[in-house]
Amino acid sequence: MTALRNVWALVEKEWRHYFGSPIAYVAICMWTLLFGAFYVLVINRFMMVSLRAGQSEMGGGPKLSLNDWVISGVLHNMAVVALFITPMLTMRLFAEEKRQGTIELLETSPITSMQIIVGKFLGAVFLYALMIAAGLLNLALLWYYATTPPEWKPVATGVLALLLVGACFIALGLFVSTLTRNQIVAGTLTFGLLLGLWILGWMDDPSAGAFAQAVAKLGLLTHLESLMKGVIDLKDVVFYLSFITFGLFLAHQSVESQRWRA
Amino acid sequence: MIEVENLTKRYGRHTAVDGISFRVHKGEILGFLGPNGAGKTTTMRILTCYLPPSDGTARVAGFDVFAQPLEVKRRVGYTPETPPLYPDMDVGSFLDFCAKIKGVPGKDRKAKISDVMEKTRISDVRATLIGRLSKGYRQRVGLAQAILHNPDVLILDEPTAGLDPKQIIETRELIKSLGGEHTIVLSTHILPEVSMTCGRVVIINKGRVVAEDTPENLTHRLQGAATVRLEVRGEAPDFEAVLAAVPGVKSVRLAKPGVYEVDAEAGRDVRAEIARAAFARGLDLIGLQQSGMSLEEIFLHLTTTDAAAAPPPAETGAPAEEVRS
Repeated sequence: MTALRNVWALVEKEWRHYFGSPIAYVAICMWTLLFGAFYVLVINRFMMVSLRAGQSEMGGGPKLSLNDWVISGVLHNMAVVALFITPMLTMRLFAEEKRQGTIELLETSPITSMQIIVGKFLGAVFLYALMIAAGLLNLALLWYYATTPPEWKPVATGVLALLLVGACFIALGLFVSTLTRNQIVAGTLTFGLLLGLWILGWMDDPSAGAFAQAVAKLGLLTHLESLMKGVIDLKDVVFYLSFITFGLFLAHQSVESQRWRA
Repeated sequence: MIEVENLTKRYGRHTAVDGISFRVHKGEILGFLGPNGAGKTTTMRILTCYLPPSDGTARVAGFDVFAQPLEVKRRVGYTPETPPLYPDMDVGSFLDFCAKIKGVPGKDRKAKISDVMEKTRISDVRATLIGRLSKGYRQRVGLAQAILHNPDVLILDEPTAGLDPKQIIETRELIKSLGGEHTIVLSTHILPEVSMTCGRVVIINKGRVVAEDTPENLTHRLQGAATVRLEVRGEAPDFEAVLAAVPGVKSVRLAKPGVYEVDAEAGRDVRAEIARAAFARGLDLIGLQQSGMSLEEIFLHLTTTDAAAAPPPAETGAPAEEVRS
């Protein structure tokens, strides 16, 4: 009970920071702009392709699915955008507290390091969820205007995937932020690591060796595929959840060990 | 209320706090005195569970800082040297956040916050962003944050650092008014602060306790020679020599024209004779003031003689170890 209240107090505080500074507005603005831009590009291409398909087949053939063509494509792109934007949300989480000395306030208050970490993590994740929700307004239009509206289930799993992958980015960024008192260092390092983890996924090639394939499974974005198609594969969800847990665990170890070295 | 025994903190090879022991009783205001780098902040950080000790124990309100940190933190209010404040929060919401993480029950929170703002005189800046506050206000917000959960023990690291004289007096008054209700440990390297606010003083230097007593006793104990400051008006070029000839006078300095500083022998009051000498030379006596050894001088005496007497252990010890390993 007290644990929940403490975590919630941290979430509130983080939101005050995000919205008391330009961070939240810039992040939401960039995110929705890019979401809209990708959406327009993909929709245009979709309309062109389906028009051409309609002409050549004389109305026959399978209908192109909005889910596969538009929604999954846009959500996939947004996962990459998240990779760029989330380091900006996480870099300050601990680095700023350290620089300001406010970490001393948190660490001498009757709350545990884990509560601080979880509170900060959830604060960033909620902001990220808000960004996703704002972007989804674009997709909502499809239900109004498309002749065959998209199925909602793959959209739901796709959004879940986007949320999970972003939460992983945030967990990693949070950990990196505990390592330094310099925000720029935290942000750059997080971004580099995330980029590396994205590129790992490119090794996922059936012709590659077993080792390369195993390493590729660490690629954060490779686990998006089936969720984006509307299939909830337990191994992907477990992968994301364990990645998050591991990130928070590392952050906890880092915060605790720094008390000893400080 | 606070029991510190043989507390030691090492950072790698450097020993910041070297086996210090002291006790603070309930309702007492203890001054923690020492030059910069003496280990004051480190000790305070251990008492507030921010740092774990390397050796020794510290108990606050009966709870061990290492074994039961949450219990200790519930009973301790702490203001570090630079108050830990979020510049982009306003004072009201900052204190609200602090109240929440310090476990002030929801129904008391509002009342408690306004009570504390009243006490620290920051009610008028409730809606101001902390980043826009003056240093004095920030210090007071830092203090407000520390007393919010009505802690048994208050630990204040240089609470008056960087304040203007008026604010310093106000802060001291506030701290004094908090004593009795709370047990207070305050650190400072400004000495008058200690004699004005504290009931007892612990002087530390290089991580060790070098003296522990009431400010009066410390002054008394070390009161050696008194200095008399004398101000006269008139012409008397040989007056310095005349003063030096007064029985009981050890030395005379001309501080500036017409102002002399006379060092007397220990335990002798030479004021009357000096006054007579001035009249005899036909000078007008304007001022005559005797000053004992101030706390400043005692402090300097204790911290410098200690440094001179004991060879610096860190420097001589370290290379030998290096050779051995």
